[in-house]
Amino acid sequence: MPLVYLAVRAGGAGPERVLQILSGPRTLELAMRSIGLAAAVTAACVVIGTGAAWLVVRTDIPRPRVFAVLLALPLAVPSYVAGFTWIAEAPGLAGFWGAFGVLTAVNFPYVLLPVAAALRSADAATEEVARSLGYGPLRVLATVTWAHVRPAATAGGLLVALYVLSDFGAVSLMRFETFTLGIYTSYRGTFDRTPAAVLGCVLVALAALVTWGEARARGRSAHRTSSGAPRPPSPVRLGRWKPVAVAALLGVVAISVGVPVLSLVRWTATGTDLDLGALAAATLTTFEVAALGAALTTVLAVPVGVLAARYRTRTVALLEAGTYVGHALPGITVGLALVFLGVRLVPGMYQQLPLLLVGYAVLFLPLAVGSVRTAVAAAPPRLEEVSRSLGHGRVATLFRVTLPLAAPGIAAGAALAALTIAKELPATLMLRPTGADTLAVELWQHTSVSEYAAAAPYAAALVILAVVPTLLLQRITGRPA
Amino acid sequence: MTGPALSVRGLRAGFPDHPDVLAGIDLEVPRGGLVAVLGASGGGKTTLLRVVAGFHPAAAGTVELGGRPVAGPGLHVPPERRRIGLVPQEGALFPHLTVADNVGFGLSRRERRGSRVAEMLELVGLAGFEERRPGELSGGQQQRVAVARALAAAPELVLLDEPFSALDAGLRSEVRDQVREALRAAGASAVLVTHDQQEALGCADLVAVLRDGRMVQTGTPQQIYREPADLGVARFVGEAVVLPGSLRNGCARTPIGMVPVASANGSGADESGSVLLRPEQLRASADPHAAGSATVREIVFHGADTTVVVELGDGLRVRCRQPDVPDVRPGDPVAVTVHGQARWFPETR
Repeated sequence: MPLVYLAVRAGGAGPERVLQILSGPRTLELAMRSIGLAAAVTAACVVIGTGAAWLVVRTDIPRPRVFAVLLALPLAVPSYVAGFTWIAEAPGLAGFWGAFGVLTAVNFPYVLLPVAAALRSADAATEEVARSLGYGPLRVLATVTWAHVRPAATAGGLLVALYVLSDFGAVSLMRFETFTLGIYTSYRGTFDRTPAAVLGCVLVALAALVTWGEARARGRSAHRTSSGAPRPPSPVRLGRWKPVAVAALLGVVAISVGVPVLSLVRWTATGTDLDLGALAAATLTTFEVAALGAALTTVLAVPVGVLAARYRTRTVALLEAGTYVGHALPGITVGLALVFLGVRLVPGMYQQLPLLLVGYAVLFLPLAVGSVRTAVAAAPPRLEEVSRSLGHGRVATLFRVTLPLAAPGIAAGAALAALTIAKELPATLMLRPTGADTLAVELWQHTSVSEYAAAAPYAAALVILAVVPTLLLQRITGRPA
Repeated sequence: MTGPALSVRGLRAGFPDHPDVLAGIDLEVPRGGLVAVLGASGGGKTTLLRVVAGFHPAAAGTVELGGRPVAGPGLHVPPERRRIGLVPQEGALFPHLTVADNVGFGLSRRERRGSRVAEMLELVGLAGFEERRPGELSGGQQQRVAVARALAAAPELVLLDEPFSALDAGLRSEVRDQVREALRAAGASAVLVTHDQQEALGCADLVAVLRDGRMVQTGTPQQIYREPADLGVARFVGEAVVLPGSLRNGCARTPIGMVPVASANGSGADESGSVLLRPEQLRASADPHAAGSATVREIVFHGADTTVVVELGDGLRVRCRQPDVPDVRPGDPVAVTVHGQARWFPETR
């Protein structure tokens, strides 16, 4: 819906104008920057995430549990908070390398978590068979083990690429002009919003292309063929490489978590005019929109997720695919589309809470649907049949059996949605009700006028707020399968 | 209500790419009876069960429960209004509920507070397990709770879908006896679907053999074993010794000699066909005169009895299962004697 409107809005200006914008040197430059940044960050994240996951799960590295938690923590650091701390500490970093470093540091857990889960569930037997057939340890790693984790790594890489394409905070702080920033400046800077709409469409197309490419590349994922319980492999001995590995992991943690935390502590300490009232208000607002947004998203996700898991018909598949299109929707585009739509159709809704919540639902429905579907699919349909044979209808069975069984997974989806909403910046920036500023918005406003000390408390509060659902998620996804 | 607990007539059902999984089934379960549906995997047993329970549509034919039509032309009563007690493979207890809540799942709120749950648990020998979680029970205990859950709402019919196949061999017969006892005590009518002939023969009042979507034979366990409808059924329900032969006047000439045949019409002309014997009808004993016609190839001692594999002159092998351990070694000549009568199956074109 919002997308169609965006396309209409863009096309409404006439084909010449659209072509003129599309063929302009600025569009090409923005596209090259966005694509280059996404490719570089994705590659770096896949390497770091996979490597770190292997070290934590498969080697005799000391304190693997502590590392597992520490390495998941960057998820709680929004890209613009990381960007803000880096630029506050070292202003010279601004530009491509700054944006690259920040986005890699905060996004690699999207690869690490699924790869670690895949490594945990891998059966030692196949690797041992490969060894006995004359494959060296490195060759086993490159063939058997990599084949097992490749789907997880690819899926994580897709997430990273999508996040980078749609990232707004980090690139705006690093003053590296990509598509998202270009859209925002042309939206703010002029009364003619056609360029913004056209660029928004291009960004969606780019994101859709990445999603499609991932689906093609994934191909048929490998399933475990043997029955019986998988046996965890014995850990690889690192020997004299152990200090190197530990240092590498510590370095990753230091850069991705340590720098932001230390910097925030320092700037908060030097801050003189801390407005506690405003901080409390912003925290409350963030909490409120995150809770409401997550609730709305989850309520909408449950029917879609249940249908997707249980009834594979064409309509349902279409419905599910529809929600996944949202996966490729950058926040800034959804924000823009809802602004156009809101102003045109329901003027009273513009800059009101409901429109903001709808924006969140559009953006994060895929996240919630994914976890609901996985959780429902894991609940045996046989239990539902037993319930029906015992005299409970479809609806009663859904509430008495299916949903209670799927509850942990649904809760994980809600936590993920709440976390992402709390961190969300561009759509919130465009759709927030007047006066109701979230932590993210306050932070962004302060950093855009370089008031680092004033911004730091908001960033710190946001990170603290985001740590809770992150730890929850790490526990759920990190549990041995 | 009157009529049999379950009456299935001319039932057809299947899938779009495999329309005749059930190609015209008739089945009747008398009140209080336990009928085993025996068939190889992929033979349509589970589909039959799902049609009766209401999870799969019937393409043709009728299903009646206690005289009440539940499936037929233009009729499909949803599963929750059929009063069926389902006992799936591996129990399928609700993992988020206690044992008591599992057993009381199909009861009304008022009934759940009464003594019904405790009675049911006592029936399956699990009194005092109310507050346990399914995860804390052994496989056999889970299966018994599943039976208690199915029986609690006094269903018209209990459907057991390979309920013991997930259990260890040692545990299986014990749980099977307990479950049968509970079903008898509750006076329940039940259908047991299984591919295990021991289970079907040892457990049920009646056995219905399902093959390629059709009921090939229905009868008591003894009838199915002793008087199988054809060689396929004979081989499926137990070990079979099948010998070629020609029949005249109630006696068949076979590689092990003349064998008396039950209920064969004594036509004057020779009729060629096959003779069916069970290994326990055959005895091998040392016989130096039999050299060249019957030789011991293998001897397997089981404890209670012994299997002697004998190779006949033309390379055919027969298995004799006998209580004694014959004083022979592989390579020794033996004589094979037949106890009782054989079944005769005329050659079919």
